[in-house]
Amino acid sequence: MTPLIAHLSTTVSAPQAPTWVRLTELGAAVLFILALKGLSSPKSARRGNLLGALGAGVATVVIFFYGTEYYGEGLSNLKGNLPFILLAITIGSLIGWIAAKRVQMTQMPQMVALFNGVGGGAAAVVSVVEFSAPTANESKAALAATVFTVLVGAVSFSGSILTFMKLQELMTSRPVVLPLGRYITSLAGIGTIAAAILLVVDPTNTLLYVLLGMSLLMGLLLVLPVGGADVPIVISLLNAFTGLSVAASGYVLGNTLLIVAGTLVGASGTLLTRMMAAAMGRPLTNTLFGAFTAKAITASGTTEDRPVKSASPDDVAIMLSYARKVIIVPGYGLAVAQAQNTIRELVELLSAKGIQVDYAIHPVAGRMPGHMNVLLAEANVPYDQLKEMDEINPEFAEADVALVVGANDVVNPAARDDKTAPIYGMPILNVDQAGQVVFLKRSMRPGFAGIENELLFDPKTSLLFGDAKETLTKVVSAVKGL
Amino acid sequence: MDAISLLTIFILSIFVGIEVVSKVSAVLHTPLMSGANAIHGVVLVGAILVTGQSDKYSLGFFLGLGAIVLAAINMVGGFVVTDRMLEMFKPKAPKKDEA
Repeated sequence: MTPLIAHLSTTVSAPQAPTWVRLTELGAAVLFILALKGLSSPKSARRGNLLGALGAGVATVVIFFYGTEYYGEGLSNLKGNLPFILLAITIGSLIGWIAAKRVQMTQMPQMVALFNGVGGGAAAVVSVVEFSAPTANESKAALAATVFTVLVGAVSFSGSILTFMKLQELMTSRPVVLPLGRYITSLAGIGTIAAAILLVVDPTNTLLYVLLGMSLLMGLLLVLPVGGADVPIVISLLNAFTGLSVAASGYVLGNTLLIVAGTLVGASGTLLTRMMAAAMGRPLTNTLFGAFTAKAITASGTTEDRPVKSASPDDVAIMLSYARKVIIVPGYGLAVAQAQNTIRELVELLSAKGIQVDYAIHPVAGRMPGHMNVLLAEANVPYDQLKEMDEINPEFAEADVALVVGANDVVNPAARDDKTAPIYGMPILNVDQAGQVVFLKRSMRPGFAGIENELLFDPKTSLLFGDAKETLTKVVSAVKGL
Repeated sequence: MDAISLLTIFILSIFVGIEVVSKVSAVLHTPLMSGANAIHGVVLVGAILVTGQSDKYSLGFFLGLGAIVLAAINMVGGFVVTDRMLEMFKPKAPKKDEA
């Protein structure tokens, strides 16, 4: 095995950076903790994020001051690689900056998935390079950490890329279950772990590439059967994976800051994933492997032919204008149609008529938990009109009209009543208890999770077909004309 | 630093990580995930380290540079997109007809 790096003493025996550099890194670690703390509360969230960015920036600068003993040939030199390193940082930063600035808020979840994926990829590559530069005193523990980074980083990379493709609708967002999928996944899992263990026992480059390939495959197999509304939970899980992978790479490199930062993300990410799964009312294992056991959802043709009651924008305008209490249920369809401003206009008109209007926000409305709050905040919808599920659910029985705009799964009574439904157990908004229900939909197509919604065929339900923005604009002018 | 010290740091960081986010409201799940995602972009530091120790034009050199690009995308993109999300959480002055 030819070492890629001539001399690199790793982990526990790594030479230390100057004291001031290490103290600065301690400061960066504290900034990361404050960042996560800040991000947990609405008031301090933005400052928290900026503190995190400051910590990351500081850490990136001081790494160049690790000095002669660490780099072997000194700071100004870095084996003559400094210009290339700076160029690579600039390129990466520019790509990240532009992508983050350009992405539309509706496409944010897949952007986060993509960023997470490249981070996991970076951690894996760092460890591949590290692996190929063994030193005589390298411990098995360090080797295990290296192998762990490669495995988890690669899973995170390929899994995140596939998640991105699902959300970007470059492929179906439905669960994909391969024939014998459960066995293939189990076999691949066992094989990957076996390769990892063998690699620790007897490190060879060939086996490393085998492990890399199998880990990438594992990432795909893990995400393929996850569908619809569960995809965000997987992003969060892969995010935690990348964190752990980064922590392990910190152990390999003997870098405390990487250990702290990676572990913080790994731990908080795991907790966050569990909270998200809880919001969907199902354990995490169900999210990941549910598709293997769930009965195939047959979109039977019979339901398509059943009669539905459709309404015109004028009908809806009258219905709304003569109500006392209206609850709006915004969904992803609203955001896709860029109709947030139109719905705000409608709400303002109705409020001016003395009608009580509230927005009912399901925890996973949109494509990620909290996504809908972000999308509506973008359209200057006041906070106090947004009501969370537990707060608004008792009020549906008193509401005259529930207006569902581009949402489907989060109001599907099947989640409450039908034990065989794949979304059974997910808490829903009790729209079916309102006096009248109006759905603004593009078509009869089922929602993201691909499940038929019985509520659409209920006698008290009216459907207004069309693009959410167009139809809402018509409703607004009809309300004005009354 | 010896292995036990590193292990100590690791274990304590787990508790801190869990503790600091334990009270987050559902509204902030997405920004929190995105912000945490940006923080692990600090693997950039590791990528710089291995590249700085690789011989020029070796395989490790090119892989290292690739890792730097990926990590920088993760870090910079992550913080910027999180900031964009959180920008909207500012308390709004009563300005209505802006958009």
